[in-house]
Formats: sequence, structure tokens, C-alpha cells
Amino acid sequence: MAAASMMPIFSQNVSSNSDLVPEWSRQEVSTGTTIMAVEYDGGVVVGADSRTTTGAYIANRVTDKLTRIHDRIYCCRSGSAADTQAIAEVVSYQLGFHSIELDEPPLVETAAHLFRASCYRYREELMAGILVAGWDRRKGGQVYCVPIGGMLVRQPVSVGGSGSSYIYGFMDSNYKPGLSKDQCLDLTTKALTLAMERDGSSGGVVRLATISEDGVERRVILGDQLPKFSTH
Amino acid sequence: MATLAVRRAPLGGFSFENCKRNSILESEANKVGFSVPTARKTGTTICGVVFKDGIVLGADTRATEGMVVADKNCSKIHYISPNIYCCGAGTAADTEMTTQIISSNLELHALSTGRQPRVATANRMLKQMLFRYQGYIGAALVLGGVDCNGPHLYSIYPHGSTDKLPYVTMGSGSLAAMAVFEDRYKTGMEEEEAKQLVRDAIAAGIFNDLGSGSNIDLCVITKGNVDYIRPHDEANKKGVRHGELEGVQLTGDYRYKRGTTAVLSKVVNPLDLELLEETVQTMDTS
Repeated sequence: MAAASMMPIFSQNVSSNSDLVPEWSRQEVSTGTTIMAVEYDGGVVVGADSRTTTGAYIANRVTDKLTRIHDRIYCCRSGSAADTQAIAEVVSYQLGFHSIELDEPPLVETAAHLFRASCYRYREELMAGILVAGWDRRKGGQVYCVPIGGMLVRQPVSVGGSGSSYIYGFMDSNYKPGLSKDQCLDLTTKALTLAMERDGSSGGVVRLATISEDGVERRVILGDQLPKFSTH
Repeated sequence: MATLAVRRAPLGGFSFENCKRNSILESEANKVGFSVPTARKTGTTICGVVFKDGIVLGADTRATEGMVVADKNCSKIHYISPNIYCCGAGTAADTEMTTQIISSNLELHALSTGRQPRVATANRMLKQMLFRYQGYIGAALVLGGVDCNGPHLYSIYPHGSTDKLPYVTMGSGSLAAMAVFEDRYKTGMEEEEAKQLVRDAIAAGIFNDLGSGSNIDLCVITKGNVDYIRPHDEANKKGVRHGELEGVQLTGDYRYKRGTTAVLSKVVNPLDLELLEETVQTMDTS
């Protein structure tokens, strides 16, 4: 991180002076998060928790991390809230413009490449882990993973964020190719619930969206309606 | 990162050379026993709430410089446009200048579009500016207003992230204020109920946070009307000093009667000046 080496030192000096302003208000807002996206035949299911933190304080407990990029393309945001909001807005603009030029709905792969272009070019300055998911006519439902650093890879199922570490085992044992839409929704809900249970930076409600040729169907699962597991 | 430390031509954009200089100066100054002047921060409580017909914004009025109160009655609710106001916490200069810049740009934008400005527009402009400065502009804002799409409330953080919510709090006293909101907020409140809730939230910040204090300012924005109530509540009224000897109330007036200070001696030296020339140059006030 040669280019960004000056910045952390500066911000720490300034923070230590003021006693009146508490620690959590000086830290950057981060979506310490759990996000997930799964492909099924005919579309994708995306899901996320709803917690945004500044240090140990929850700045927003009902965040919507499933951001619309285009009619049939959504992205799941994790990492710095400011960075991911800024990138998502830039890509929305670029994709909207591109779609008008083409006079047809854009490809999910195009959106993923636009995300990757920004995330890779400014990799030293940004902290953004993004899942791009959607439906298009050419390849159907697709999930692309653009983690911190700016890699781009298509995966049938992908998880991200700080809470994802806790559910890799669950994903490896419970995912099989060829799941139906409802099975995908169920898998996503269970996975997010388990991650939210264990990860301090994930929590709140579970937000889900199903994207297919027919459109986008959004739902929210509130705290008391989450599935219950037996170790408590 | 295994990169060589090669000297390269200065790129366009920002130069943070002065940051290095400042940190060197600070350590040098500390060695000699001086301290660098601190930026004045508004350790603050600001909040906003959406009610049935619009928005209520609230703020305390204390501005601090380290541990000293710099201004007992500063105004933290800034004008953005006739239908949009913005509360600011963080560095006082940053919130003041940022809101003024966006207010000016928004007025030009409104003239260009021929429409009343929207809160979402102000939000975009603020977040894009703050993101560009990567958090170095220490402005944490609560932006609220009523436009053609109804009432909207946003919280904007110094790094440029925003949240659109029905109730928000910011500043050092935000935890105290948020506790009040989480307990008593309901959707579709009436104006008086909303004003009382905001007043109580700011009061919680004032009495439980050292960085917030003095009075409570409110701003009620509805479609076609703005009520800027300053002060709404003088939560911390300064007491009246009593004179120790006479038991008379001293009003804190620093004008003293002639004779308070005894005159010991008096010397008068008249200066004999002769008026040579008198000219009058009028000021151009056109």
C-alpha cells in the first residue's frame, strides 16, 4: 500500500487529540456484512443482512445492501459504505448510458466488468467487496464475484463480507447445482441467519431479492421470523 | 507491496505534502512545550425526524475548542434552499463551508432546471463532494426537506456514505438522542408530537454528553412552509450573579460607574494644532 501509506498516520494523529469526540464517530462507516448470491435455472437469488457499523456503533440497522444497478441487475455491497455507494452510483450511470446506446437491456457480464474496472484501477484507495448478480437473455441467471483487489470471477454461488467466513462450511455441504428458486431462497435465508448469529458486524433483518425474466421480487425477513437453530 | 521508491512527476489532483509537514511541526512543537492550535469541533447533538406532514430537524448550540466552549449559541441548522435545511456536526468550518457551497450550487441548478430543488439532489451533491475529499472534510450532516415527492431525511457521513431513514442522529451526543428516538418514534406523528420528540432527543444529548450544551434549536419543514425556531428551548439558562457585599444582582454588565477607579493625579497637555486644509472625498456608493 505504498501510495496510501501517508493517510492512516494522519488520521490517527488527528483522532488522538479530541477527547470529546468519541472513537466510533471518527471511524469510517463500514458494511461489516454478510452477502450472498445463488444462481438457479431462470434467475438468481441475492441476499444480505442489514447492519452498517461505525466502529462498535450501529449507524443503520435497516440498511439495504442490495443495490439496483439496472432493471434486472443488482449488486450486493460489502466493505466501506462510502466506497461501495460511490462505485455503485458510477456503475449505474455508466450502465444506464451503455444500455441506452445499445437500445437493449445490458448484460450482467458488462455490469460486472464495469465494477471490476473501477475496483481494480483504484484498488489501493478502495475497500469494496461486491457481488454482481442478475438475469439477461443471453446467459440467464449469473453471479459474478468482485472481491477487494478487483478480481472478477463467475461462480454459481458466492458469499462475501465479514460474516461469510462463518458459513463456508455450511455452503460447501448444503449447496448442490440444480436447486429450484424456493430451495435457493431457503438456502440463502439459512446461511445469512447462521452468519448473523455468529458475526458481530452482521445483523438486523434479512433482505432477499429474486431476479428473473419476469422482474425483481423483494422481500424482508424480520428478526423474529428468522429460522431458529439448535445451539442456543 | 513490493514497489521501488522511485521519484515520479507530480500527478494532477491533491498534494498532501502539508500533512507530512504538519505532523513534523506537531512533534517539534510538543518537544518545546507548545501545542498546535486545534480545529474548532462542534461536539454536538443533531437529529431529524419524519412526521406526517414533513420534517423536524433539531440541534444543540454549543461549539467547543478542545475543552473550552468557544460559542455558547452557535447555529447548527444551515440553510440549503427554501425547502431544504441541513444540520452539521464535526468541524465547524467544514460544515459551514460545505453547506454554503452546496446551497449556492443548488440555487444555480434550480434556476437551470426551473424547478424546486429536490432533497435527493442535495444529498448527491454533498456525498459526491465529501467522497472526493476522502473523509478529510470532517462534516457529518443531517439533511432534511420537503419536495415534490414528499418529506425526505438523510444522514451523511464524512467519508461520503449516506443513509435514507425516518429518524437519524449525528454528533457526539447521537447515542443519547438515538436512545430517545428508538423508544418513542412512531410513523405518522403529528407536528407537536414530533417537535416534542426532537426536543427531548436533543435534551438527552445536551445533558448526557459533554460536547453538547446550551439551547435547543428546531426547524420544522412542511410543504410550502418553514419554521426556524431559534431557540426553541433554553435548556441551560445562565444564572444571575449576586454581588457578595451588597447582595445586589449584578447583571454581568462590564460598564462601571465613574469613580469606581480612583484618580490619583491628572496632567493635561494641550496640543496646539492649526487647521491648514479641509477636503471632503465622497464614497462611491452607487
